[in-house]
Amino acid sequence: MIQSVAAAAAVALSVILVTVFPRSILLFLLFQGSLLFVYVSRIPSWLRAALLGAGLLVLMPLVGAVNGYYLEVATQVGIFAALALGLNIVVGLAGLLDLGYVAFFAVGAYSWAIFGSPHANLIFGGTAFPLAPGWFFAFLVLGLAVAAMTGVLLGLPVLRLRGDYLAIVTLGFGEVIRVLANNLDKPINITNGPKGLTPIGRPPLPSWIPYNEGFYFLVLVIVVVVIVVNRRLEDSHIGRAWEAMREDEMAAQAMGVPLVRAKLMAFACGASFAGVMGVVFSAKQIFINPESFTFLESIGVLAMVILGGMGSIPGAVVGATVVTVLNLQVLKGFSLWLNELKNAGVTVLGYSLANLPTQLEPAKYERMVFGVILVLMMIFRPQGIFPARRRQRELAHPQPEPPSATS
Amino acid sequence: MDWALLIGIFPQVLLDGILLGFMYALIALGYTMVYGVLEFINFAHSEIFVLGAFVGVEILLSLQSHGWLGRIPWVIVLVMVILAGMIASGLLAVTIERVAYRPLRHAPRLIPLISAIGVSFFLQDIIRLIESVWRNAFNLVYPTIEVMNRRFEITETIDVSVRSLVVIVAALLMLWGLHVLVNRTKIGTAIRAVAEDQAAASLMGINVNRIISLTFLIGGAMGGAAGVLFGIQYSLINPYTGFIPGLKAFTAAVLGGIGNVPGAMLGGLVLGLLEAFAASYMSLLTGGAFGAEYKDIFAFSVLILILIFRPKGLLGEVVRGRA
Repeated sequence: MIQSVAAAAAVALSVILVTVFPRSILLFLLFQGSLLFVYVSRIPSWLRAALLGAGLLVLMPLVGAVNGYYLEVATQVGIFAALALGLNIVVGLAGLLDLGYVAFFAVGAYSWAIFGSPHANLIFGGTAFPLAPGWFFAFLVLGLAVAAMTGVLLGLPVLRLRGDYLAIVTLGFGEVIRVLANNLDKPINITNGPKGLTPIGRPPLPSWIPYNEGFYFLVLVIVVVVIVVNRRLEDSHIGRAWEAMREDEMAAQAMGVPLVRAKLMAFACGASFAGVMGVVFSAKQIFINPESFTFLESIGVLAMVILGGMGSIPGAVVGATVVTVLNLQVLKGFSLWLNELKNAGVTVLGYSLANLPTQLEPAKYERMVFGVILVLMMIFRPQGIFPARRRQRELAHPQPEPPSATS
Repeated sequence: MDWALLIGIFPQVLLDGILLGFMYALIALGYTMVYGVLEFINFAHSEIFVLGAFVGVEILLSLQSHGWLGRIPWVIVLVMVILAGMIASGLLAVTIERVAYRPLRHAPRLIPLISAIGVSFFLQDIIRLIESVWRNAFNLVYPTIEVMNRRFEITETIDVSVRSLVVIVAALLMLWGLHVLVNRTKIGTAIRAVAEDQAAASLMGINVNRIISLTFLIGGAMGGAAGVLFGIQYSLINPYTGFIPGLKAFTAAVLGGIGNVPGAMLGGLVLGLLEAFAASYMSLLTGGAFGAEYKDIFAFSVLILILIFRPKGLLGEVVRGRA
């Protein structure tokens, strides 16, 4: 009872504070924290659903109306949450470390970017492109299919490899896709090289709400669908096969799990989520170029999965939120704050901050964030913040001899 | 097709390939030695390599700013810089192993790999942070040592610079030293014993943890030396320089047969040559449609093909059956 009141009060209070002080990053973090608190507190499930629903459906757009950047952050969080959920299938459930996940994201993004912008005219001639914005929804499916196919194509030759080799090969594949995107502006201009593609069409949304709010809801719907699909997959036949495979390939095979098919399915499923989100991402950004699809992004998504807990659905969502907010808000906020102090000529312990080196931009230290997350989680809490139940049991009793991961 | 041109550039490309190959070989040793002992891909090795390059450039820059660079004989400067790079990188490798890998030695296979990726990213930004505070720049250029830029003309179209020769000679010396260390000394025997069977080695009175640290020290030192040589040869470095050479050196290690020291050298040379030829000839052979920008893809394709068709590598009889 106390927790129920506390949870409701926390959400209400933080929303009021955010609307009163729309520029304070700390208060927005407080708002997000209150939603997390609602999720973990011991309250009746109807109340939890009501509070979370109100928070995401009503309060978040409201906050977004006060400060548009917060809505942007929330939309990004949604995109990355779906990506993390996709990678969670490959890494968390099936236990295949994919370090080139962003490649599938790129495939989806480019498939809409090419046809949703006038660029396709250069390839096919004529003036048929860009396609009408309504095609966006068809491309959600098409992006899914193309990415899944890419996943299978990559998977077929490499899935026989042992875990750590597979990781390096997928990394190489991610780089290959990026290099291709960078250089396929000749002999036929497919990707427009490093200059990127723009303007990319945006989906038509109902005109009675502001466009950015509408886009936020679109992403929210997709994330909910992804979560539902994930949950169904987890408990399905193939989901159990994946987990068996993760624990012990040999035993799983002996129990009749067709390894290659299960691995291909995992790759295809993970890739298809990335493909869909790629389409959404390119429509949101209007402009894409190969710089959005680097190894750094792959590791960022991996850090989200690891932080939340491999194989855990709420974990992936929370991990995506924390990492995205850290990058988009905390680091940037710190940068801005430091700059303000610098310009104000504040001195700390006799050292004038105005003398700080100009190259020191805290906003650029994403890699350090990812690195610290990965190392600390692996050493102190390999099961993540919100461990999957089965995973939790497994990691609680480390075996003396590593389970043999055979190819 | 311009056959005269194709043949004309051949010796130069060969030379570039050998140079690149030795560089890869030196880095690959770090991967292969650690893999031989722990069956673990030390993903942070590329940053160990970069640290060597940064230590080298810092020493050279400070010598330059004191005006000593031209006055001390260049051989002494070179030896000093390489040694400093080796020490720094070797110590870094040992520290990483203690902090981030040792606690995970018995965890499932992918856990230490993920930790290693984290270390790699962390180090990239730490180097950037330190250089940003210290020098207000993290893209650094190696100061030139006058002698190194001299070139010997072999024919009209082919020449070789002193620094290329220096890199090749230094790499050869180090590879030879390592070969002697691993095959002729007691320490080398202990390393090979630990690689063969940790439990049995420890029963024979070998301190396994110390040997593992030592392996990281030696592999890291080789990486550091490679970093300094890389800086001398290609002159421009930044904290993220290590990623691609690291990946290629890993490819070289796999190509030669991972865990196998002569294999890493061979793999490095083969990959260096392949890449140099691909970079120079692809554009000529395809009429400019595909050029040197695809040389990275080329290296990764080699990796994928090797792993699919001959996962034990060229010299890989050493892969043991724990997998």
